[in-house]
Amino acid sequence: MKTVYTRPKSLKDAPYHYCPGCGHSIVHRLICELVDEMDLRGRIICIPPAGCAVLAYNYFDFDTCESAHGRGCAIATGFKRARPDKLIFTYQGDGDMAAIGTAETLHAANRGERITSIFINNAVYGMTGGQMAPTTMVGQKTSTSPYGRRTEIEGYPLKITDLIATLPGAAYVTRTSLATPAKIRETKRSIKKAFEVQMAGIGYSLVEILSPCPTNWKVTPRESFTYLEEIMEKEYPIGVMKDITAKKEG
Amino acid sequence: MAAKGKIKIDQVLCKACELCITVCPEEAIRLSAGLNDKGYHPAEFCKDSCKGCALCAVMCPEVVIEVFRE
Amino acid sequence: MSKKVLMKGTDAIAEAAIRAGCRCYFGYPITPQNEIPEYMSRRMEEVGGVFLQGESEIASINMVLGAAATGMRAMTSSSSPGISLKQEGLSFLAALELPAVIVNINRGGPGLGNIAPSQGDYYQATRGGGHGDYRMPVYAPASVQELYDITMRAFDVADLYRSPVMILGDGMMGQIVEPIELNERPEADLPPKDYILDGADGRPSRIIKSLILDPAEMEEHNWKLKRKYDLMLKSARWEEYLTDDAKLVVIAYGTAARIAKGAVKRARSEGLKVGLIRPITLWPFPEEAIRNAAKHSKVFLAFEMSTGQMVDDVRLALEGRAECEFYGRPGGVVPLPQEVAMIIQRIWLQKEL
Repeated sequence: MKTVYTRPKSLKDAPYHYCPGCGHSIVHRLICELVDEMDLRGRIICIPPAGCAVLAYNYFDFDTCESAHGRGCAIATGFKRARPDKLIFTYQGDGDMAAIGTAETLHAANRGERITSIFINNAVYGMTGGQMAPTTMVGQKTSTSPYGRRTEIEGYPLKITDLIATLPGAAYVTRTSLATPAKIRETKRSIKKAFEVQMAGIGYSLVEILSPCPTNWKVTPRESFTYLEEIMEKEYPIGVMKDITAKKEG
Repeated sequence: MAAKGKIKIDQVLCKACELCITVCPEEAIRLSAGLNDKGYHPAEFCKDSCKGCALCAVMCPEVVIEVFRE
Repeated sequence: MSKKVLMKGTDAIAEAAIRAGCRCYFGYPITPQNEIPEYMSRRMEEVGGVFLQGESEIASINMVLGAAATGMRAMTSSSSPGISLKQEGLSFLAALELPAVIVNINRGGPGLGNIAPSQGDYYQATRGGGHGDYRMPVYAPASVQELYDITMRAFDVADLYRSPVMILGDGMMGQIVEPIELNERPEADLPPKDYILDGADGRPSRIIKSLILDPAEMEEHNWKLKRKYDLMLKSARWEEYLTDDAKLVVIAYGTAARIAKGAVKRARSEGLKVGLIRPITLWPFPEEAIRNAAKHSKVFLAFEMSTGQMVDDVRLALEGRAECEFYGRPGGVVPLPQEVAMIIQRIWLQKEL
């Protein structure tokens, strides 16, 4: 029998510390599959965030440089400006990307930095124990919004990907989901496209990935994937928001 | 004739999230009765009906499923 | 001997950095140091380097961090409130053991304060203003030539110890114009940069990280850094002026040291045996020089353009061997040498020297 699917080489042989059903685990694997398939190991550098995924460097068998909370896009800018020949991507959560790092993210995108951001949106702060995120949905209960997010008190979910899509420096901006195998495959295609856009030197590329956090959503992994598709995708519709390569071709 | 497939699950590392079970079109995966070292009932391959579609592996967060096809 | 050129302090810093091989500058405008980014924006283009104005001081220091991780010589500059913002990045640079040069052209504070010369940032420079258990070499130049030479040296020290290095000037040091020699960079024996990230092409992948969850491992990292800081202690530098027979020694750095020198000259002309020790490194602090001076001088005077910060280090260095008086002018006030000479005379009489 021939092997149809096996563990990607770039994913170290280390068991994940992530909770059962965690989206980080899936996205890490997709990235490593692409690193193998696109033969990127010798030029790719990842900037993991502060948060659960800070330990990404325990799994990625390619160069990684830790970042302070929210500073990923600034560090990636330093990397890319110093070494434009390298493929630099930030791996960021919602707090990192859309709260503490909003300025770094928006300005890197607006400068059209030739970097890629992989943005994991699970609508909570995972590592710190399920507090409210900028992307927490209205009504959603978290450990710091125990009555559900109320717009008059906590304001609205911040759709930073939509904001970035309006910036001229952003070349490719999309939102995907991990809810089904088909959507996971689409997520992988989107990350590939984002890397290609960076390598073509066109501009900033961003893939927002709606991702489950069963532990902090306080549901089973099975339920979390249903929640992802039925609730989160309603608030955050998936699809390509901007692709300047498509315009050129059109 | 439909393709015939087989999967191998690393039961030591499986965290029993059941996502493979939810996506398997052939219902060829179930949770085992035994426990692994982490205290989970790991997923196990249970039927010959597998076509090797690899949806389980695409879904598996722990990357513990290998898929083979004839 | 090369020809002397007239140069402004801020420009001397920038030119020295370029000649030291710095090819990445990231910064955010703040007075009184804007001439550094302005100079860099022109010069980096000429030498094929990177100049980028960040969206904030926080972003700029993190850009420096990224560039440093690739092995490029990188720097940033700012002034007091901006340095406060950079402290997060300084802690990370120290933890990740990445080299970088940070210039602080100290202005009046706290808060927005003003844009006049001040030395109120002594603590935030020498006490590792960022979080955690770390140290950082801090230089306090007192002339444009020294700004130039020290900036050049700072990049070597940063590479040698894999550490951020701070140059602490003040508004006066930045604005002053003096003739200087544009010396070439002296040869330096530096370790290879085997930590840099440039893609794992034919080598094992590398990680640059500071998260060490196991307390025992974190403790080992802390002690490793401490051993490095102990090595740095040997590199204290200072200038002594008329200290051999001095019965009263003034301790002052940067602009305050220039004023103090004038005051010491006046006191000497009145027949008072007064000397000056000018710390060139603020961390490590030249404790040895101060203890040596305490062998013949029982009275010291710390003079600072602040309410008194370095004076603590003088007293720590003295370990009770001699008294240390303090005179300060905070808030951006730059006193004349006459004023400090009067203080010296008063202390001389009070202490019956």
